[in-house]
Amino acid sequence: MITKMANIIKDGTINLQSAPSIASYASAAGKKEGEGPLAEYFDYISEDVTLGENSWEKSESKLQQYAFTNALSKGSFSESDMDFLFAGDLLNQCVASGYGARETSIPFFGLFGACSTMAESLSLASIFVDSGAAVNAAAVTSSHFCSAERQFRFPVNYGGQRTPTAQWTATAAGCAIVSPHGAPPYVKAVTVGKIKDMGITDANNMGAAMAEAAHDTISRHLANMGQSIEAFDLILTGDLGKVGSDILIELFQKDDIDISEKHNDCGLMLYDLEKQDVHAGGSGCGCSASVLCGYILPEIAKGNLKNVLFAATGALMSPTIVQQGESIPGISHAVHISAF
Amino acid sequence: MKMTNNEYDKLTKKHSPNTKLYLTLPKAFFIGGLICCLGQALFNLYTYLGMTELDARSVTSISLIFLSALFTGLKLYDKIAKHGGAGTLVPITGFANSVVAPALEFKTEGFILGTAAKMFIIAGPVIVYGILTSVVYGIILYIFQIMH
Repeated sequence: MITKMANIIKDGTINLQSAPSIASYASAAGKKEGEGPLAEYFDYISEDVTLGENSWEKSESKLQQYAFTNALSKGSFSESDMDFLFAGDLLNQCVASGYGARETSIPFFGLFGACSTMAESLSLASIFVDSGAAVNAAAVTSSHFCSAERQFRFPVNYGGQRTPTAQWTATAAGCAIVSPHGAPPYVKAVTVGKIKDMGITDANNMGAAMAEAAHDTISRHLANMGQSIEAFDLILTGDLGKVGSDILIELFQKDDIDISEKHNDCGLMLYDLEKQDVHAGGSGCGCSASVLCGYILPEIAKGNLKNVLFAATGALMSPTIVQQGESIPGISHAVHISAF
Repeated sequence: MKMTNNEYDKLTKKHSPNTKLYLTLPKAFFIGGLICCLGQALFNLYTYLGMTELDARSVTSISLIFLSALFTGLKLYDKIAKHGGAGTLVPITGFANSVVAPALEFKTEGFILGTAAKMFIIAGPVIVYGILTSVVYGIILYIFQIMH
């Protein structure tokens, strides 16, 4: 019997020695996302924002279910093959996930990491499989523009204006199923994020609130693994958007590291920023989930990308606490996904 | 490199684009102006039809509120307001939109705890402080009248 051992290197970085496989993955997207540059890569595109449901929360749950069931069928899995489900979304009490999984009978972990949840759920699923606590584990996350707007901002039909730094919550979901070492992509290592609060109080500038968290996590991952930026073809953050990405690049410049050639952001990839009028870019846990599961993982499986550091970022924003005058903490979890 | 919040704030400001005032101000002026022109046109129409000035004013306001509510329900008001900004926010139409939008949005939680309870989440402060300031101004006016 092979001794599998997820071992901690230091300071939040965990080396996954068995390098578990992401055996299957699927994405689901809303109408606007299905009109964006990544449209051809999504497994499912909804024709309207309601998905035939009578509440936005139910629409989001359905999106999550589509991503999950598609991932199962693409990998020829059945529901009973899943030992654990790690699911998350942006809504209070993670309702999109809880109600989305209501019809399954899979042991369930509900997660909240704001827009970083895809990296959080994928990390945990990978650690469980690597350590032998699970054979197969699914990681699924979603967000929906309308359910997020009504919870965090204004009613959808309210005639407010968005600031240039505001990001657009994606109506999308993604699911990745982690299994023991088989076909690529592989999860090699994980760095768990720390809460980073740089005093940003503007709820319309999430990119700025999250950029330092991404900077810290990526820096720690490289230092703890003894890797340089050259080890990766792509440093993929999500969803810093335009403002956060620019800040991140400058933060690394101050460390004498140029990441501008290697860096991209899910929030910049999901939409055509100008034509689709999303201001600073996309956000929401569905954004990085759909970009990762729809576009990046297949590219790694095909060998077009060799090593990707997926560092999803979340702004742990609560309207209540922001109204109390507090600043917005950010977090970023990094997952090293490799073709070898 | 460790950054202070102050330095980070400077960095944030440097990378955060500002509102393009040369675009937003004229758009707000024209769209807001158009709404006001519509109001004036309605007023002229109602007086032409024989209403007294006082009645025509009330009916004009009612008409604008109705149109705003209708456009909100048709999911058109927010599309106009995206360009209109303060031009669609400041006239009475903006107030109507801020009441109708949550009323529609929260109807999924029922007519009592949804529609009715949430109807004034945006307009509520305007009503509260509007009434409060009118009371304050009333008192000031009253004092002035006594002094004269």
